[in-house]
Amino acid sequence: MLPGFGITFGFSVLYLSLIILIPLAALLARPWELGIDGVWAAVTAPRVLAALKLSFGAALIASVINAIFGLLVAWVLVRYEFPGKRILDALVDLPFALPTAVAGIALTSLYAPNGWFGQYLALAGIKVAYTPLGVVVALTFIGLPFVVRSVQPVLAEAEKEQEEVAATLGASRRQTFWKVIFPAILPSWLTGAALAFARAVGEYGSVIFIAGNLPMVSEITPLLIIIKLEQFDYAGAAAVGSAMLVLSFILLLGINMLQAWARSR
Amino acid sequence: MSDRTDRRLFQPPTQERFGTKLVLGLFAVLYILLFLMTPLVVVFVEAFSKGVDAFLAAVTEKDALSAIWLTLTVAAIAVPLNTMFGLAAAWAVTKFDFKGKSILITLIDLPFSVSPVISGLVYVLLFGAQGYLGPMLDELGIKVIFTVTGLVLATIFVTFPFVARELIPLMQEQGVSEEEAALTLGASGWQMFWRVTLPNVRWGLLYGVLLCNARAMGEFGAVSVVSGHIRGLTNTVPLHVEILYNEYNFAASFAVASLLAMLALVTLVLKSLLEWQFGENIAAGHRH
Repeated sequence: MLPGFGITFGFSVLYLSLIILIPLAALLARPWELGIDGVWAAVTAPRVLAALKLSFGAALIASVINAIFGLLVAWVLVRYEFPGKRILDALVDLPFALPTAVAGIALTSLYAPNGWFGQYLALAGIKVAYTPLGVVVALTFIGLPFVVRSVQPVLAEAEKEQEEVAATLGASRRQTFWKVIFPAILPSWLTGAALAFARAVGEYGSVIFIAGNLPMVSEITPLLIIIKLEQFDYAGAAAVGSAMLVLSFILLLGINMLQAWARSR
Repeated sequence: MSDRTDRRLFQPPTQERFGTKLVLGLFAVLYILLFLMTPLVVVFVEAFSKGVDAFLAAVTEKDALSAIWLTLTVAAIAVPLNTMFGLAAAWAVTKFDFKGKSILITLIDLPFSVSPVISGLVYVLLFGAQGYLGPMLDELGIKVIFTVTGLVLATIFVTFPFVARELIPLMQEQGVSEEEAALTLGASGWQMFWRVTLPNVRWGLLYGVLLCNARAMGEFGAVSVVSGHIRGLTNTVPLHVEILYNEYNFAASFAVASLLAMLALVTLVLKSLLEWQFGENIAAGHRH
């Protein structure tokens, strides 16, 4: 029997409680001073609903885009050999490493009407910065590594023999992908997309610069929480925050189930 | 017909056609370069858009220096605390069996699924002027919100899982046999920790600390809620970037932001080096 269980377990639980659990409990307890009707009114106010719709809708679109391109990037990085591959592979983590505020002002500068990309998009009549589309671009940027890093190890460890068997039995490359490879990577692919979605829903720094923050149009939920806080509407901020937190919990539960599924295969 | 064209015409059944490979490969490369890489490039271009002198002036100005100092201070407190927690939690979780272990592991990862804004909000609700403990602490003369303490707390919250989640799978894999051998040979608990456990996990630990530090120094949303944006007092580097940007002082804003971009680049390089050199000694999933 190794020593140190009591002290390490005790310290972990104490630290976890002080830093995470008690503060989160304070968040969940706070809204109820408004009464049940008050909480419901605070969470279903049109401006709040519009913000929730934008946060969850844009996050959903971004995670679908990331699921597709993330799978493609992971495939190319695992299966193909080409010069500079290691550097590209390292660059995939850039959205993790780059502080969100820096990503936010950089993306705004790129996609603003006079920016490197924005000027050409403007010619095509597409406005990205200061619109909901800008929110999607920012959330797509920060979400890509989740999908790539979830799929990559599974793709690398997938047994080549199975693909060879499929080919020997006369399967086309396309059939092999959909019937052999895709089912094997499906759980980790979905996990990656879910992680990207969870991160995107709560994202703040990379979004607020490019979003334009127009109430009812391009105002994300985290920003609305800050606005309520600045108006000293603590209970209202806590109500919206709790709603987001509960939705994140449900999401986390789903991700855990996906991961358990991935492990069981 | 040369060998080369021969190989190109023969299509191995477990690979895509050459044309397919070319299209997929080019697309992936362009996607990474145009979508992920350009924001990094534009930061440096904008940072030097008004010349080197303007850049140097922006990053050595008084408020910028105090923001840099504050960011370093906050990271210097938050990262060691979370490292201690990571080691303790990983030890308890991987070397012993107890009820509720999987709940504990899930709770450790919880902060990753919480919005940074909520990570700051919870402390305002506890310690703010209208918070549960705020008025009481106020009477004792203790202020948390709009002070460095608040910044540290919010930073600890958002970087909470980094070290633990690197160490847990790694120590799980390593099992308990080496530690048990050390104890059998007469080592004390601390000797075992310093001479067996720590050397075994050092690269994974460093990896976790590296990521924890990068996030701690770059955190924006959580600290933005608790900071109050008092220049020279509670303004970290990312918050300073925001203030300059909102004042339309773009060149200075990007100049300060380029310091954070440098930090991100250094982090990426060190992280990749750790993966390439010590992949086997870092938790599964980072092996290349």
